Amino acid sequence: MKRALLLNLFAVVLALALGGVGCKKPQKPVTQIPIAGAKGGPGPGGTTRVGPTEGGARSPTPDNVAPVQPDTGVRATPVETTPVKEGPSGIEQAPIEMIEGMVPDTEYFKAQTVYFEFDSSVVRKTQHGRCDAVGDELKAKPEAKLMIDGHCDERGTEEYNRALGERRALAVRTYLIKYGIAADRVFTRSWGENRPADPGQNEDAYAKNRRGEFILLLPKP
Amino acid sequence: MNMARAILSWMAAGVVLLQWLAARAGEERITIEREAWGRTPPIHISLEGYSGEVERVLQFDLEIAGFKVVGSGDEKLQYALKGGGGSVVEGRLQDAIKKSELFAKAYSGGGARTQAHALSDDVVLAVTGKPGVARTKIAFKITRGQDSEVYLADYDGFNAVAVTQDRTVVAAPCWRPGHRMLFYTTYKSGNPDIVSHDLGSGVRRTVARYSGSNISPAVSPDGQHVAMILSKSGSPDLFVANVDGTGLRQLTQTPEDESSPTWSPDGGWVCFATRIDGRRTLARIPAGGGSMRRIATSGVLNPTEPDWSPDGKTIAFTSQMGGFQICLVEAGGGEAKLLVSGEDPCWAGNSRTLIYTKRGSGGRRSLSLLDVLTKQSKDIPINAGTASQPSWAR
Repeated sequence: MKRALLLNLFAVVLALALGGVGCKKPQKPVTQIPIAGAKGGPGPGGTTRVGPTEGGARSPTPDNVAPVQPDTGVRATPVETTPVKEGPSGIEQAPIEMIEGMVPDTEYFKAQTVYFEFDSSVVRKTQHGRCDAVGDELKAKPEAKLMIDGHCDERGTEEYNRALGERRALAVRTYLIKYGIAADRVFTRSWGENRPADPGQNEDAYAKNRRGEFILLLPKP
Repeated sequence: MNMARAILSWMAAGVVLLQWLAARAGEERITIEREAWGRTPPIHISLEGYSGEVERVLQFDLEIAGFKVVGSGDEKLQYALKGGGGSVVEGRLQDAIKKSELFAKAYSGGGARTQAHALSDDVVLAVTGKPGVARTKIAFKITRGQDSEVYLADYDGFNAVAVTQDRTVVAAPCWRPGHRMLFYTTYKSGNPDIVSHDLGSGVRRTVARYSGSNISPAVSPDGQHVAMILSKSGSPDLFVANVDGTGLRQLTQTPEDESSPTWSPDGGWVCFATRIDGRRTLARIPAGGGSMRRIATSGVLNPTEPDWSPDGKTIAFTSQMGGFQICLVEAGGGEAKLLVSGEDPCWAGNSRTLIYTKRGSGGRRSLSLLDVLTKQSKDIPINAGTASQPSWAR
């Protein structure tokens, strides 16, 4: 009750202040617009350099100066208090430097591509034979490593699909680790919906796109 | 207690009176409350003495700011904007009901488009009391064939320039607040890495390059931290680091796939999409680490791509139920409100306008703007390919 009263008092003061400002506001007859800055050509690193632009988002701020954030007075506070149970994430990946410079062979395991059901990252029993074949080859080639590419159909939002594609690749990786392949030999990468095997927009095409592809990585000869 | 109650009702009456007076003084203030989403009537305005590009820009800007452009004889006319017809853009804004003039300005410098944008921003400020967004910038990606590049443009899609020439997949560009800098994922190295890209110098730096995915960057409102999804732990989890990639901390550790982080405006929370008990949901976690909590989105299914409004009150997100729908929910969670068909919403700095992606025939995607209050929308013309994943500079 007391709090509500205070809030109301505050509102009155605020309303008064706003009204006052509104009446006294001076009117500027002319607004001067700065002329658009020059737009440069390609900048370093093969990227296009974009020069300063007229009255756009914000003027350039040096990195060492913290931008002033308007305080909206709004603070997010939690409503639900039940913490959500968290579980183990998965099997940690080895540093990416371990495969830098290795030579990829995208054709070698072409016939072993595995397929998934809609919005699922479960490696189905029907796909186990293909994974086993890849595992056997890796056991016979101790110098080789493996990249698993996860893909999705387009029936999902783009970043959700990128995470789903990763989960698919990771599910296949976990299967291979259980099959006896060392965890530091198997790497993952997700393309989400960005590299469809079939660009069609029907269930046939979608089924072909929900897949995990194996890429053999060999040391530089 | 009775006394307190009496004082309270007098106070309330006082506030109402003062608000009415403020409104009379041309200082109407729009607060975005749940009841107003999609139900606010547009403000009727006439444009007189404009033609060609200037008229088109004014109409686009004002309609996406919640105005309805009508003829000068319209019975619902509230405001009239009158031009001078000279070589520079001029504007006299008149209150058609009170027959008073709010401002008279002439604009110089820049081009006709910029002058028209400046005029519409002045109209929006004078009528609503809030700054307009007609001179802001957007970033997005354009896909041609299997490759995509990051682009930068005016908020209406004009003056688009390529930011990348990577000739591979790029994803999820995101502004660093208060800086002319973008964060995004590029597959240029062969792996999806997160980079920062200074638009002034063109310098690009690697922020996250770990095994697996480095995706969906979101820079904190103070511009100093980046939330992102990494899978180096063996599952797509939420991480936070300094903007240069140092000081990496893992915030979630779940067997599910987290995606699309977004910050609360005070920087205290990160909201994201995940799955709890097998059901897709939005959740949030303290940015400094702690327990994850569900954000309820009652009435809709499969929420993804949350974007927290800069005023902190509302989270816009995509719901997937057959097609894709842009939805709003209060930041604490609750009943979700369906707005329009579309996906991947991103707020403008005014916490009122959204930019989002539409899917057309043949998988083609394009960008649109939406005024959350009046539900008026405008398509952004981009002819260079299929456009998606917009991010509004703020």
